[in-house]
Amino acid sequence: METPTIHHGAMFDTNELVLNMGPQHPSTHGVLRVVLRLDGEKVVDADVVIGYLHRGIEKLSENRNWTQIILLTDRMDYVAAATNNVGYCETVEKLMAIEVPRRARYVRTILCELQRIASHCLWVGTHAMDIGAMTVFLYAFRERELILDLFEEFCGARLTYNSMRIGGLPQDLPPGWDKKVLQFCDIMDSKVTEYEELLTHNRIWRERTKGIGLISGADAVALGLSGPPLRGSGVPRDVRKDEPYAAYDEMQFDVPVGTAGDTYDRYLVRMEEFRQSIRIIRQATEGIPAGPIVGKVPRLIKPAAGETYHAIESPKGELGYFIVSDGKSTNPYRFRVRPPSFCNLQGLRPLIKGHLIADVVALIGSLDVVLGEVDR
Amino acid sequence: MADEPETPASAVDAATAGKPAEPAVPATAAPLIPAAKPAAALGAEAAGAKPPAAKAAPHPPPAPAPPSGPTEPPPPADMAVPAFITTLQSAVPDGVSQISYYVGDWTVIVPLTLMTTTLRHLRDAPDAAFDFCSDVTATDWPPRKEARFDLVYCLYSTRHRHRVRVKVRVGEHQPVPSVTDIWPAANWLEREVYDMFGVGFTGHPDRRRILMPDDWQGFPQRKDYPLEGPGELLMENPIDWLKLRQSRDEADIE
Repeated sequence: METPTIHHGAMFDTNELVLNMGPQHPSTHGVLRVVLRLDGEKVVDADVVIGYLHRGIEKLSENRNWTQIILLTDRMDYVAAATNNVGYCETVEKLMAIEVPRRARYVRTILCELQRIASHCLWVGTHAMDIGAMTVFLYAFRERELILDLFEEFCGARLTYNSMRIGGLPQDLPPGWDKKVLQFCDIMDSKVTEYEELLTHNRIWRERTKGIGLISGADAVALGLSGPPLRGSGVPRDVRKDEPYAAYDEMQFDVPVGTAGDTYDRYLVRMEEFRQSIRIIRQATEGIPAGPIVGKVPRLIKPAAGETYHAIESPKGELGYFIVSDGKSTNPYRFRVRPPSFCNLQGLRPLIKGHLIADVVALIGSLDVVLGEVDR
Repeated sequence: MADEPETPASAVDAATAGKPAEPAVPATAAPLIPAAKPAAALGAEAAGAKPPAAKAAPHPPPAPAPPSGPTEPPPPADMAVPAFITTLQSAVPDGVSQISYYVGDWTVIVPLTLMTTTLRHLRDAPDAAFDFCSDVTATDWPPRKEARFDLVYCLYSTRHRHRVRVKVRVGEHQPVPSVTDIWPAANWLEREVYDMFGVGFTGHPDRRRILMPDDWQGFPQRKDYPLEGPGELLMENPIDWLKLRQSRDEADIE
């Protein structure tokens, strides 16, 4: 009987394989589609396709009045809706030169930082689950629930808050709310340590994240990355420090930066941001001044003709609004959002080139994009 | 992979070549469903589409006269112009056609011809150092016939922590040099401007639509694009819509 000869390596076709990942894929965090060109398990090139969740929020906003838009901004980054509200209201206040009372600015700071923690909780849970650590997801969502409860008590909603008004707040804090926030800070402090015990020195975690998706500081700036992906590469850029808004100029906090610019550093930056956010919330809650919650706002909001760009630091990065008012109608002439997730997602293609297909999910997670904001 | 670079020339070709396709299409829907292949159709849209005058009749626009342009107040007399603007003015003569200051934001208006030089200077000059391109967007001012769009570049310097807005006025069919070689960040942002306004960028590495489907007709963020989109025609007059779709499919086959 003849034995068949085996030609090692020659038997297989070595063509590139095109693989569609998404738009329905649990690790693309929504409806992101990545068209991968693979050489074996290695990613040769990738095409990032977005737009599946495009609802035309910019066009819609140009046909709604200035107050109605607050509600639309909720639907962009829906895991940090209050941050979007604050960013929009501050832009209109800048356009109309409205002075916001100090109490309202403090509450905004607290809400923004609570949102940062909630957003990072969601991020650490899903990011770890993508890589294979299931437990962190359950732990992180347990703490996120506490924040949603706080928001529910403040404004009645748990996801899309509509929690801000032009010139100040919709209502004052419920009695005893500040005590609950401080209690939450105590709980969260120990929980962050718990997440870190599960991940930071975990050998599998380090193997999967160290050296994956390296990007230098200069490249990150040129690519327009902002937020933790930029700070993970060692660029100390934070809108809260550089162009303070709300009450951040009165707060003491540090901006954590990474050194290597890999997935692990971006993870460490966000873990430290948990702690800094808790620190800010403590200061703001303890030092919250008494006083009015709404500034002098005209009954009909109708800014004079002009335009402005205003940016704030959302959990994802620089969230900017560019608004043009024509001074005649009661809706903005041009409403433009600079979504941080959109610009950060642009960095995905250079990041995943040359990595294994299993690292693609780790890198999507490490950029922390929300598709509602990418597509608007 | 769909990211073969589109040649810069195609925008110009399409702008001229797309026009004869128009008479085949009933006048009512000219702006929404022109003809031919997507690339050519997009060009045709930019080239020949009239504002939907006939279509607007059942839904009159709620507008008083639309504003003809943004207000760009000059800086107050006692306000010192930032050093990087004065340096720019001396380094690139005629590079700044107007300076504006409003609620704390500086805006520099730059002619289209000197745009690349000016933006490159703003990135490289040590006192400007705008290394971070925050945003690229556009505003549409239809009454301004010769230069319908304002392209807006929001720049930030991570070294000096200051901002500036650069504005370039462009006409509907004017090709604009892409700034992706100055700031790679502009890649997707320019694609979005193209997608939403139909501004054609030359030298862009990947000129495709980004948010809307690839075969979409029309540019949604333009002021003459209806809020409801093309669905209106489909609802009101399905037979017309079917005819249009058919003629478009035939054009595709040819």
